[in-house]
Parts: sequence; C-alpha cells; structure tokens
Amino acid sequence: MTAQASIRDMFFEESEELLEALAEGLAKMNSGTHDDETVNAVFRAVHSIKGGAGAFKLTALVSFAHRFETVLDEMRGHRIPLNPANLQTLQRSADHLTDLVEDARTETDGSSAQTAGFLVALDACLGGTPEIDETTADEPFAFAALSLDLNDLSAPEEALGQGYTIRFRPHAGLYGNGHDPALLIATLADLGEIEVEVDLSRLPELSAFDPSKPSLGWTIDLATEVEETVIHDVFEFVEGLCDLEIVKRAAEVQQDEEPSLDDLIEDVTIAVPTEPLELARTSSSPAKDEAADPGSAQENRGPKPTLRVDLDRVDRLINAVGELIINQSMIAQRVQELRLATDADVVTHVEDYRLLARDIQEAVMAIRAQPVKPLFQRMSRIVREAADSTGKTARLVTQGEGCEVDKTVVERLADPLTHMIRNAVDHGLEQREGRIAAGKDPCGTIHLSAAHRSGAVIITIRDDGAGLNRRKILEIAKKKNLVSADAELSDAEIDALLFLPGFSTASTISNLSGRGVGLDVVRNAVAALGGRVSIASTPGQGTEFTISLPLTLAVLDGMVVSVAGQVMVIPITAILETIRPGPNDLHIVGTNDRLLCIRGKFIPVVDVAQGLGFVRPAGSSEPRTLLLVETENQGQCALIVDRVFDQRQVVIKGLDTNYGAVPGVSAATVLGDGQIALILDPDAIANNRVLPIADMRGAAKHEGKSLAVA
Amino acid sequence: MRGKVLQSLETNVASEVEFVTFFTGGQSFSIDIRQVREIRRWSAVTPLPHAPAEVLGVMNLRGSVIPIFDLAVRFGLDRTPDNARNVVVIAAHESQTVGLLVESVSEILSVARDRIQETPDLRSDNSRQSIIGVIPVDDGMTRIIDLGAVIQTDRRTTQ
Repeated sequence: MTAQASIRDMFFEESEELLEALAEGLAKMNSGTHDDETVNAVFRAVHSIKGGAGAFKLTALVSFAHRFETVLDEMRGHRIPLNPANLQTLQRSADHLTDLVEDARTETDGSSAQTAGFLVALDACLGGTPEIDETTADEPFAFAALSLDLNDLSAPEEALGQGYTIRFRPHAGLYGNGHDPALLIATLADLGEIEVEVDLSRLPELSAFDPSKPSLGWTIDLATEVEETVIHDVFEFVEGLCDLEIVKRAAEVQQDEEPSLDDLIEDVTIAVPTEPLELARTSSSPAKDEAADPGSAQENRGPKPTLRVDLDRVDRLINAVGELIINQSMIAQRVQELRLATDADVVTHVEDYRLLARDIQEAVMAIRAQPVKPLFQRMSRIVREAADSTGKTARLVTQGEGCEVDKTVVERLADPLTHMIRNAVDHGLEQREGRIAAGKDPCGTIHLSAAHRSGAVIITIRDDGAGLNRRKILEIAKKKNLVSADAELSDAEIDALLFLPGFSTASTISNLSGRGVGLDVVRNAVAALGGRVSIASTPGQGTEFTISLPLTLAVLDGMVVSVAGQVMVIPITAILETIRPGPNDLHIVGTNDRLLCIRGKFIPVVDVAQGLGFVRPAGSSEPRTLLLVETENQGQCALIVDRVFDQRQVVIKGLDTNYGAVPGVSAATVLGDGQIALILDPDAIANNRVLPIADMRGAAKHEGKSLAVA
Repeated sequence: MRGKVLQSLETNVASEVEFVTFFTGGQSFSIDIRQVREIRRWSAVTPLPHAPAEVLGVMNLRGSVIPIFDLAVRFGLDRTPDNARNVVVIAAHESQTVGLLVESVSEILSVARDRIQETPDLRSDNSRQSIIGVIPVDDGMTRIIDLGAVIQTDRRTTQ
C-alpha cells in the first residue's frame, strides 16, 4: 500500500469517527440538551472532514461540507436560530455528508446529484443571504479564506508584487496535535523568499523552564505574489492552535521599516531552510511531551485516546489465549488426577492460573468488543427516512448504546437491524390519523435498546403502533399455503409465521419494505451470528422484536455430547430441551422414520450418528437421549445422541483453512484433553442435508433444503 | 500443475534440491523439504463425517485443526496399520497445513536437479496426478509427491 493510500484510509477512518460525533451532536441538539460546546463540536467535525477531504481533492465533498460548515458557523455565532426546521436541514445534510464520504471512499458517485437540493436547503437556513458565489462547487479551493473570519479579504489583486509579514506563536495544543512549526515554515518557504526571526522574548529562565509550555514565536517575512488565502491555507489545520497574524505589506516597504514586534526581540535572523528547522525541532520536541501532562490534556476535549490495531493481530492474540485456556484446563485435569490435598501448593497455584487465564481471556475478548452506539446512530437516520417516505412522524429512542458486542456482530447486524427498523416504521406504526384516533401521540416512537443478559446481548426493537394483525397474518399465510387452511394456531405460532420465507404483510409493495424478502432474511442473518429473534405483540400497544446474540463469535456455549463414540458439541442456542423419551413416546413410521410425541405434537427424530455416516460400535444399546432443537426450516426436530456430558464454553476453530467444508459440521473445537471435537450444525443434520458424498457434489444449500422439505 | 512444480524445482538457484524421504505401504516417497514444517509422533485423530477414505480425521496442532491424510490409501495401497511408531509429516501447501501419516521417515536426500526424472506414464490416475517425478537411489527409487495434488483429491470429493 502506498503511503498516500494509507493516509487516505486514515482519513476515511477518521471521517467515520467524525461523522459519529456529528450525529451525536445533532442528536443532542435535537433533544434540546445542547450547549454552545455541542454546536462547536458539530462545527469542528464538519470542518475537519472538509479539511481532510481538501487534502485528497475530493471536491464534491469539500464544497458541500463547506456550505454545511458555513451554516453551522452562523449557528454557533447565534446569527441564525436553532429552530426545528433548521435542525431538520442540518440532520438531512449530515446524512448527505455521510453519503458523500461513502461515495468518496468507494470512489463512486451515487449521491452528488442530490447535493444541489441540500445546498438550497442550507442556503434557506442562511436566511436568503447565501454565500458569496466563490463557494460554488467548481471553485473548491476558494473556501479556505472563509473559514477564517479574522482577516480582511478585500481586493486580493493588490497582493501582486507584495509580501506578507506573518507572526506565528504556537500554543501547546499545536504540538499536542502533532503539528510541527518547522514544516509550516518550510511550506511557506515554498511560496516565495522567506526570512524568519525567532521570538525568544517569552523564553523563561532556565529554572522556570516548563517543556510542556511552548515559549517560541516566529516572525516570518514572506516575499511572494500568492494571494493571502494561500497563506491561510498553510495554517488551516493549526487554526485555533496558535496566535496568527498575517499582515500584507507593499513590495516597496523596506524590511528595516517594518516595526519590530517588541523591543525584546533578540536579533536572531536565520536563513531558511536549515537552521530554523533545527531550532524549531529542538524547541518543539520537548513540547510534544505535553500530551502526558494532565493539565494540558484537558484541552483536547476529544474522545478517550484509542489505538488502531490491525485486526489480524488481535485475532492472533485471541487464538493464543484460546490455547492458553485449553492448556490451563489440561493442567488442571492432570493435577486433579493426582488427587492431592486441596491445600497443596500446586492446587492453589493451578487455581490462580485458572483465574488469571480467564481474566486474560475476558480482556482479550474485550478488545474485539465495540459499543453498539454507531450502529444505533445510523438507525435514527433510517427512522427519519422511513418516516419521510411513509408520511408518518416517528422518533427513535435508544437505550444501552454503550453495550459492547463483538465487532463482527456489530457489522453483520446492520442489515437485519435496518430492515427491522424500517418494518417498525412502515408496518408497525399507524398513520397519523389512526394514531390520533387511538388517542396516541401522533408522533410514533421506536425504542431501540441493547442490554447484556447472562452472557448474551439482547437487542429489542419496540414500536408503539397497533400491534400485529394476527387475523390478517393467518389469512395471508393460508392464502400463500404456508399453513393448512384448517390449522388452529396459537397467538405465538401466528406471530412466528412472519419469519417464514416469502411472507410479507404489506398489501402494497412500498419501496421501504415488503419486497417479499421479509423477516426470514433477518432471522437467517441473526441465526448466522449464532443468535435468535423472537417476537411479541400486544394489540393496540405495539410490537416488540427481541434479538439475542452471543457476545463473541470466537467462543460458543455448547452442549458436549457423544455420538457413536465421538465427542461432539452442539450449540446451545439451537437446543430447546433434552428429553429422555418413555417407551410410548417414540413411534415408527414406515420402515425407518421415527416420530417423537411430545405434549401431543409429533416431531421428526434424526439419528445424528446415521446423519454423519458414523457407525456405532456393535453391541452398544440403542441410545435414548434426545435433544429437541429448533431449526431454520424444519421447525422443531429431535436429535438422537448417545450421551449428554455437560454444557461448556468452547473456542471455535474453523475447518475451512486447512481442509474445507464438512457436511453437517460447522466448525471444531479443542477439548480439555487436547482432542478435537466437531461442532455440529443442527440445521444441516435436521434438514437431512448430510447426504452421502456422491450426492453432495453440486448440492447447493438451497437444493439441499428443498430436498429436505419435499 | 505438475509442470509448474517441476519448473519451480528447476528454477531453484541451488543446483542441489533437498527432499525428505519416507516409507509407507512398502514404498519410498519424498517431498520437497521446503514444504515440510515438522515431523510429529502419531496421536489419535477425530474422524470427519463423509470424508474420503484417505482422510483419517483432524488433529490438534497447537490449536490449529489440521487434517491427516493416509498417504498409502491415497496411492491405492492398504491402510497404514496402527503402530505407535507411525509418524505424521506436517507439511504446508499454500495457506493449507496438513499432516501425512507414514510408517517411517528415512532421510533427507540431497540430489542434483538433473538426477530427477519425469514420472514415466502410469496407469493409475491417482498416481499420475500426484507424483511429479522419481529419483533413483541406491536400492531403487523414491517418488516425489505433489502435495497440492494429494490434498486436492479431498477437495474434489467433498465439495
């Protein structure tokens, strides 16, 4: 990767964080709990994106961000009011900015066509006194002058044949942000002839010297023909981090005539470039240490310091810790076999080792954990858009944003969550009139919350709409032949119909939801993450979807069982209960098929050993332990296993890297004795997708499923 | 594939090529030493469902799950009999790490490249695809296996 590309990547990473800050600030402004600092933070976010985008010549982004920034600047100066209409424009603009950043990142051009519309809306905020024309999109770099209010912009053409005197005194924050005056001066040197004087007037006595407080200033005489805006460009990124004064001077003005800043200025005139660079370095390097100084650290009001680490490194660490845990349990097992007294030294040490290993495991897992906050923030946009296009008004109330989940879970949850939020607005909430008639607040509320509950993350999406129309759902299901016409279903069973493939309640296909790919997609996506979705609805009060997810994808709670002499693991999320059937509970159908009768219902029984093609050792008795599992397409199904040992957390090891996919097996794990146990895929086994090898060839997932259904 | 492997042997700057030779099913085989990671003692494997006959199962190698192939079965010979002295040659092919069960590892053979002969026409497809050359040695010859082709079989049958 070239340096340029990696800096570009960094820009987009930072933009993402800035957009999050932007969304957060706007949300605060929206809820009325903001202060001036909130507006400032929003302004800074947009400004920084603009600055970064300028460096990569992302003109579309720059010109839009600039106009956006202008409005925010007016707003922070209280020159235009923060009324709901303006806020809405800001929020829409933030959404558009997000799109533009995304376009720039993927180097596509999907959203810039809408820019004009947003610009008009932003101009409207400015109260019909739109920005001067030089900020149009085709003059992307003209903006720089406008970001600084301090200077006089009049008659730039006078600058011809002239020079500037620049007085520059960095604050501690400038060094703290990693800027280097030497580089700034060197940039100026590129613009023309320069002469630099260092101002040592504020240099303290050596005894009072504080390396965290910068004490140097510079006076730079620049003989150049460039316009003043170009000079400002040089200092754009240190704006606010230094005292900066740029004075134009006529070409004929002699240098001696220039009034010296201060009588105390020592006459240190140094030729550019070498020496001042050195000087600047020596003076700035101790100053950079100020980041460690708690006093000045307060100046950086940014978020907690974070470290960007390559995911591979984290995964390697997680892998090693997994090994450590296995090794620990092996040692513990050996020590236990020695049958020592419980107060023996080695026993206590092994116990300490166990606790330490768990601590390390938790800490390492926490590295991959990320708060759901950015995900939730994105959802408020979804609510806005969905409400707009359905003509409803809705707000999103979030809770538990700080809840942390594995990074992959957060990423892969975005699509299903978007779908469900859209559904909640589109199908869940009533139209405005309906809500008023029902005596509800005309503005609908979508609650989105996350919480940790016993080793899982629970995400709930609740709307305060009309609730599910069960009669209609059943009607549709019957019409679509999803259930038999005379079926009598309980409320919960009717609700569950929503998750069937091809089910869609919207009678008209809106562009939001109701394209026939419905909640079954959501359910599959959540199931792929090892989670479950459930639904609860109260007529007249709303519908609640609950997604339960594992905290991490690296470990899994499993039931350790044995099948044909092999130890295997079945994910606990799939298991509903274990059953020891009585003699009258099992019924044989035809030659081989068996059904289990449980609470009056008949459920197919699948022998795991048979499904996997394993042969039980001769003479072993017919196993009588059944696991009732919930499968994606087959509903409930009972799996025969030889024995159930216990329930434990296992580290997931992929089989794909060194071997390939194995039918009926989703992954493997290493047991306490170092042996490998396969983690079964109950869906595949129940769906009879585990076919003899010859039939496996070309049997795509879907074909396998339809075979099972037929 | 075969041409490519031979070519990679030929373009090696050193005039000598090193092979690890081993015995299984009464025959001598060898593998480019650059592919060999380590040699381990046999330990119990976990069988995989619906795997081809030569895939004995998977083994835990310091936390990685690696498949173990019975090289004898792969070449149509009888299954390697259970023996505590059997060894597993851990070898890497591209990003895959696999284990080959053999009866014994004999030696490291250093041969001049011009001593390697192209595989004469063989009737068995399995052998023709998986043996890229032969090297004459004192008491006969050793067969150079193409690791990629050996483990490819499994890919073909299970996917």
